[in-house]
Amino acid sequence: MQTNQLLAMFSGVLLLLGLLAFFLGRAKAARVRASGTAMYAQPDQYAWFAVVATAGPAITVGAVGAFLMLLLGAEIPTLYLLAGSLVIAAIGLLVGMSQVKPDFHARQAIERVIRWVLVAAAMISIFTTFGILFSIVFEALRFFQMHSFWEFITGTVWSPGDSFLAAAGRGDEGGSTAQFGSVPLFAGTFMITAIAMLVAIPVGLLSAIYMAEFAPSRVRTLAKPTLEVLAGIPTVVYGFFAAITVAPIIVDVAGFFGLDASFNNAVAPGVVMGIMIIPFISSLSDDVISAVPDSMRQGSLALGMTKGETIRDVVIPAALPGIISASLLAVSRALGETMIVVMAAGMRPNLTANPLEDMTTVTVRIVAALTGDLEFESSETLSAFALGLVLFAVTLSLNLVSVLMIRRFREKYRVNNL
Amino acid sequence: MNIQAASQHTPQPTPNVGQPVSRNNHANHELSIRVRDLNLWYGETQALKSLNIDIFQRNITALIGPSGCGKSTFLRCLNRMNDLIPSVRIKGLVEMDGRDVNAAKMDEVALRRRVGMVFQKPNPFPKSIYDNVVYAPRMHDLVSRKPEQDELVEKALRDAGLWEEVKDKLDQPGTSLSGGQQQRLCIARAIAVQPDVILMDEPTSALDPISTATIEDLMDRLKEKFTIITVTHNMQQAARVADYTAFFHLGEIIEYNDTKTMFANPATKKAEDYITGRYG
Amino acid sequence: MRHSFDDISAQLHKRHRRSSRLKWISMGALGLAGLFLALFFADMLNRGLPAFQQAYVQVEIDYNEDARQMGRAALEPDIAPLVSRSFERLIPGMIRDNSDLLGTTETRWVLTNSEADQYLKGHRNSLSDDEQAAIDERVDNGQVALKFNTTFFTSGDSKMAERAGILSAAVGTVMTLLVTLAIAFPIGVMTAVYLEEFAPDNRLTQIIEININNLAAIPSILFGLLGLAIFINFFGVPRSSPLVGGMTLALMTLPVIIIATRTALRSVPDSIRHAAFGVGCSRWQVVRDHVLPLAMPGIMTGSIIGLAQAMGETAPLIIVGMVAFIPDAGGSFTEAATVLPAQIFTWAGEPEQAFVEKTAGGILVLLAILIFLNATAVVLRKKFERRW
Repeated sequence: MQTNQLLAMFSGVLLLLGLLAFFLGRAKAARVRASGTAMYAQPDQYAWFAVVATAGPAITVGAVGAFLMLLLGAEIPTLYLLAGSLVIAAIGLLVGMSQVKPDFHARQAIERVIRWVLVAAAMISIFTTFGILFSIVFEALRFFQMHSFWEFITGTVWSPGDSFLAAAGRGDEGGSTAQFGSVPLFAGTFMITAIAMLVAIPVGLLSAIYMAEFAPSRVRTLAKPTLEVLAGIPTVVYGFFAAITVAPIIVDVAGFFGLDASFNNAVAPGVVMGIMIIPFISSLSDDVISAVPDSMRQGSLALGMTKGETIRDVVIPAALPGIISASLLAVSRALGETMIVVMAAGMRPNLTANPLEDMTTVTVRIVAALTGDLEFESSETLSAFALGLVLFAVTLSLNLVSVLMIRRFREKYRVNNL
Repeated sequence: MNIQAASQHTPQPTPNVGQPVSRNNHANHELSIRVRDLNLWYGETQALKSLNIDIFQRNITALIGPSGCGKSTFLRCLNRMNDLIPSVRIKGLVEMDGRDVNAAKMDEVALRRRVGMVFQKPNPFPKSIYDNVVYAPRMHDLVSRKPEQDELVEKALRDAGLWEEVKDKLDQPGTSLSGGQQQRLCIARAIAVQPDVILMDEPTSALDPISTATIEDLMDRLKEKFTIITVTHNMQQAARVADYTAFFHLGEIIEYNDTKTMFANPATKKAEDYITGRYG
Repeated sequence: MRHSFDDISAQLHKRHRRSSRLKWISMGALGLAGLFLALFFADMLNRGLPAFQQAYVQVEIDYNEDARQMGRAALEPDIAPLVSRSFERLIPGMIRDNSDLLGTTETRWVLTNSEADQYLKGHRNSLSDDEQAAIDERVDNGQVALKFNTTFFTSGDSKMAERAGILSAAVGTVMTLLVTLAIAFPIGVMTAVYLEEFAPDNRLTQIIEININNLAAIPSILFGLLGLAIFINFFGVPRSSPLVGGMTLALMTLPVIIIATRTALRSVPDSIRHAAFGVGCSRWQVVRDHVLPLAMPGIMTGSIIGLAQAMGETAPLIIVGMVAFIPDAGGSFTEAATVLPAQIFTWAGEPEQAFVEKTAGGILVLLAILIFLNATAVVLRKKFERRW
């Protein structure tokens, strides 16, 4: 029998047992109560307890068994495992039924179970983080067994071209050996991120200043969600926009000044990424600026400062931790952005300071390494995980610093809505 | 209450509009701010009703009255801080130095430079103690070179009675000080721009009794140089520090009088009731 | 030294100018951001709207003997190169299925190929002068016309631009999002309920909170790496399937739903909880019967927004292989599928001019759905918004 069918049957039987437990439990509890005995809980609660007693252990056993099979390669026949689980379900049903008696706190028992289920759900987010970490670290380690970490960090040549030959045990036949020096990729990433920030930080921050300090409230309630539309546009759409509309404009403008620009130049994805990031900065900065207590503004205005001076010298410095925090989040966002650069930036690792040339980024190479028809074991594929590891480490630190800064701001001004 | 108020309503006891009922012989009587027929509305609600008062230079004038009587609102009319509230509408004359403060030609920034303010809760800027004091004078071009700045900071902090406590930590943030010290820092900040008038909006209500006493002493010294108008909830404080006291009730000035007379022998029944604690 | 109003005002001129300059510059920045948005939408509409029309030609089909082998033989030679090959390929089959057709003729509107379509829309194309003349002539006769492009909505991907549509991608999107919602919604709500209503204020709770905030900011492509390494390579979930795509997106959507649910739970005032405790409800009963129903509109709003976000996500899906070429819509949750953004990505990579239009057309559809979803969320929030 197929595993799928087995699973379906298992679920079906378990469901039946569960229903049986519910109705038997309720009937028994109702009977006991009808006999005039005072019970600690409602019949429904006894019924639910019986269901939990039936299904809980059975599912746990099934899950643990499946996990052992997958993780440790233990040879447990699926049929026996599921059959065993069902037997346990049946035992659970009997135990559950026997507990339907007046002095048993069925409600408390259920609530304990519910609590643990909730804890388990909350743990999933932690498992996700660890899942990301372990999956990346594990594969990255395999990469670093093949190529030196030092070369990866400091090398300036990224040419994985022949690595699949090496993986096939024919490394000698390819003319040159593969090289994995990630410096050009990071240089490209930082170049594009820097361009994006040059667009996003001034526009975003100034927009936030206008919305928080100058705009009439009607303009503000309209402008804020409008700006946030920019953040809601899918990145693949921005990528298309950058490649098909912005890049040719950049080439034309550069040509007008007598400069030679590639169609895969770094400016187009950088500018478009900056546009995308504007609302990240403007929204959070607007919240932070609005959270600066009015007494600060009044204190400054009462000294005969103009509104502009008050904003520049008092409000912005007070809001600075929040603004920096927003900018760090934005940087982290830009570093990890994928689709815009995949579609609009180049594929060629290129160590240059000229943003009009084509250059590639970390995320582009990750996508390139994982979408080809390469063997998973090849070092090019694994290099994606090494790059991912660095990306993870950098964005994680940026996020943590950002969270700490916003927390400090919040404590300083005792605002709770940030 | 209303019936009583109507029956007790007496015309101004003195023929001179805006003058105190009786004079304080120790006080200075040069005019600082003249207010005539001042009305203020928040939207449809009238908060100030036809106020008339003459405030004299280098005195402390205390504004007392039950909460919501309009004394803080009135205070904020004097440096146009009410401009910040969009729904506020003002009619009437506030005159300083022969100029109508509310006139279209009057630059509120210039006005606020001459009429400083200290707030209920200390609000030092997120800057060092030194910069808190020197920021405004530098912007106003009162000082430029470093020695001038140092001198000004020291003088302002000395005048505010804070110098000895902070002279070794001028580069620390203003927010690191205690509440009473912060409030004195705010006073130092206000006097550093050399205003004519300092408005104080319940300056001690957020402070402990010892800090309050320190600030009261300070006010007494500052009136040598500045005209001080203070709002207070605390009648003892008014009695202790003020030369003149104005009693506000429901947006009107009920009685404006020499402080000693006001507390010993008020001219109006309402002021008497308030002072003796019948309401408030 | 005291200053008069006039002294001060004279000195203030420059400072006032600087102050109002800040106002105008900041207003300009906001305007610039708005301008970007307007330009973007104008550009997309300009490029994408033509995709909703397609060129059709009225041809006389002569079901002759040669057409049994080669469909093109049934068409008039001067127009045959302009008819979509997808139609030519159908002709032999039509004859095979119905041999009565042989020897008859029929006049029908059929799709042109994409080059003729692009020519008609005034875009770059590779038609020769003769072919252009042939089209112009038929346009005058009313035998060539642009009609509403139903194919775009009723067919899947195709290598022929005139036959390519978004149906299979749309179906794939729906299936993927169903998986996402089925996983992320219950887990997200349960996590939020635990953190807001049950969790003690201890180290573990703080770690979970920081972790959730952090998860929301991790680059999406890393979720793709997780999906590839754990779901596909470790657990053996089929690559390219809506199942693996949905699971990956669920992990990304989780923080959005958790954060929105927590906000919604927090906005339910404690007085409600106290009242329920007061009549003897247990903690769980309070949550289930009183807090959750009141928080539901907020939770729904957050979930819709999270879903809209997941819907536009591409990078992690590329990593788990959801960029497959899927000509036919519908399959199971474990078969290869593609989603709208991935379809857009694939089309954007096609060199033909006609696909630029398809890409932009697909983008317009995607944006329309996203705007609809977000508008729904806003309306929901407005309708159920309650001030306590």
